[in-house]
Amino acid sequence: MAAGPGGIRGAGGKGRRARPVARAGWQARLATVLKYLSLVAASVVVLLPLGVVLLTSLKTSDELARGGGPLSMPDDWLNFANYVTAFEKGQMAEAAFNTFVILIVSITGTVFIGSAAAYAIDRFSFRFKKLVVALFLFATLVPSITTQVTTFQVVNQLGLFNTRLAPIMLYLGTDIVAIYIFLQFIRSIPVSVDEAARMDGASALTVYWKIILPLLKPAIATVVIVKGIAVYNDFYIPFLYMPDQDLGTVSTSLFRFKGPFGAHWENISAGTILVIVPTLAIFLMLQRFIYNGLTQGAAK
Amino acid sequence: MTPTSSSLRRVPAGAAAPQDTPPARRSRRKASSRGRQALTPWLFLLVPLAFLVTFSYVPIINMIVYSFTDWDGVSPDYSFTGVENYVEIFTRPELFKVFIASLYYLAAAVLQIVLALYFATVLSFNTRFRNLFKGILFFPYLINGVAIGFVFLYFFQEGGTFDTVLGLFGIGGEHLWLGDPDLVNFSLAGVSVWRFLGLNFVLFLGGIQSIAPELYEAAELDGAGRWQQFRFIIVPSLRPLIGLTAILAVSGCLSVFEIPYIMTGGAGASETFVIQTVKLAFRFNKTGLASAAAVVLLIIILLVAWLQRRLVPEERAVA
Repeated sequence: MAAGPGGIRGAGGKGRRARPVARAGWQARLATVLKYLSLVAASVVVLLPLGVVLLTSLKTSDELARGGGPLSMPDDWLNFANYVTAFEKGQMAEAAFNTFVILIVSITGTVFIGSAAAYAIDRFSFRFKKLVVALFLFATLVPSITTQVTTFQVVNQLGLFNTRLAPIMLYLGTDIVAIYIFLQFIRSIPVSVDEAARMDGASALTVYWKIILPLLKPAIATVVIVKGIAVYNDFYIPFLYMPDQDLGTVSTSLFRFKGPFGAHWENISAGTILVIVPTLAIFLMLQRFIYNGLTQGAAK
Repeated sequence: MTPTSSSLRRVPAGAAAPQDTPPARRSRRKASSRGRQALTPWLFLLVPLAFLVTFSYVPIINMIVYSFTDWDGVSPDYSFTGVENYVEIFTRPELFKVFIASLYYLAAAVLQIVLALYFATVLSFNTRFRNLFKGILFFPYLINGVAIGFVFLYFFQEGGTFDTVLGLFGIGGEHLWLGDPDLVNFSLAGVSVWRFLGLNFVLFLGGIQSIAPELYEAAELDGAGRWQQFRFIIVPSLRPLIGLTAILAVSGCLSVFEIPYIMTGGAGASETFVIQTVKLAFRFNKTGLASAAAVVLLIIILLVAWLQRRLVPEERAVA
């Protein structure tokens, strides 16, 4: 096995070589076997439910009716007919478009709003600063699902109900975690950097735009990832605020499969796989960033 | 406000703020000779605060107000009914029994934390296919909730995947995993573990990897085995993270919504507090009662958060 980076793995390796001295050899070997057994078992538990859905998505309705059991292999591994049905009848093209628009606008907005707020809070002292920070802090504690009852009235009165702006505004307005990620990062940028620019006569806006924002790039990457995953996967906000058929997002359009497709599990499975594939692609491409991003985001 | 008065007020405020570094203060005093300087931070805060107030505080305040009324969410008028809604929540057992479902999720969360700790420890030591296992365990956390709902609706079908697999192990019979009131919460809590294990696991793994490797080396020189390393190095280092995860798990259990709503519609025994609140508000038009229920949940969650701050030492003060 190739020696990986990271001190602990090296240390662990050393431990393994050292252990046979400390313990009886068969015990160590049993521990290793149990370790791999547990890892394989966990992997099967994770992959089996997904694999079965993939198998089902490749079967015809006749095959399902024949009752070969969910674990049986499809007759034709290249039978993508269900995907075509799911994509067209499930209005997945519109869903992808709506989700994309909402994603882009709310992520861009979150980056600007979050970094501006963090810049003001960290780099200036002003009256009521403690109150402002407390207001942001308290809002993180309130689970947004509990206030939906009255948020609905607000959205309705603003005339946003059944528009793409409803989820966009809500994603922008309720993302306090982003402010914390930016705040944490902005503290690590030495004040002397913007001091120097201010001495040269740069305005606060110029400092924010030309110095702070570019230096925040790693934090922006984190926010984009955390926010992107959250928005792509969110179900409740679009479900509640955009019931219009043409305003489906990936989540709500998939949810609507329940009705017209009834018990047509081959189509529902295809739709489900269609929704999972982009996530899998992004995950495989950005693994390292996603792990880091979520670790930072969760430890707000 | 004149520039002079604002600068007078600003200087002591700046001096009192503990996080002010000396060079910052010096320049600020100089900068504050310009009066508009006092306005600058507010220009940056204008939009964030507008969003915060509109979508967080207006709903919270409205919610508290409605909780003392009999409003149905539609009619233009409502009348104040005092604490009637709260009395109703605490005296009608069927409104409160939904918390029983939370207990299943709480038990599942304990299992989830233990499993996450186990896998994080195992994978922080040399292991073949380490990144593959890490990716597999973590991936469910990224999957769309509706997709997970469908995956497990299919998995738990009568005579479906789960029954088939159990059959391979000699446990025969077909079960109504989602229909039987005695089973449904086990099934749903299991889905919750499947979905969220990966997040806890990756957080713990990150925590373990930030432990200085010298500690392990020193422990090994002292003849400590793997278990002792886990018990005396890993667990103490992760204690704040485990505490935080546990508290988050508690508030998570109280506000379970998505998976049961998608899979069973929150029917029967699988109904959770949030599903009930949402049904009261949007299906039965009892906005007043639903608001009171939401306030109760909010208070419980704030209590839990307060406990967290008391029990888990804060590593860094916020601003």
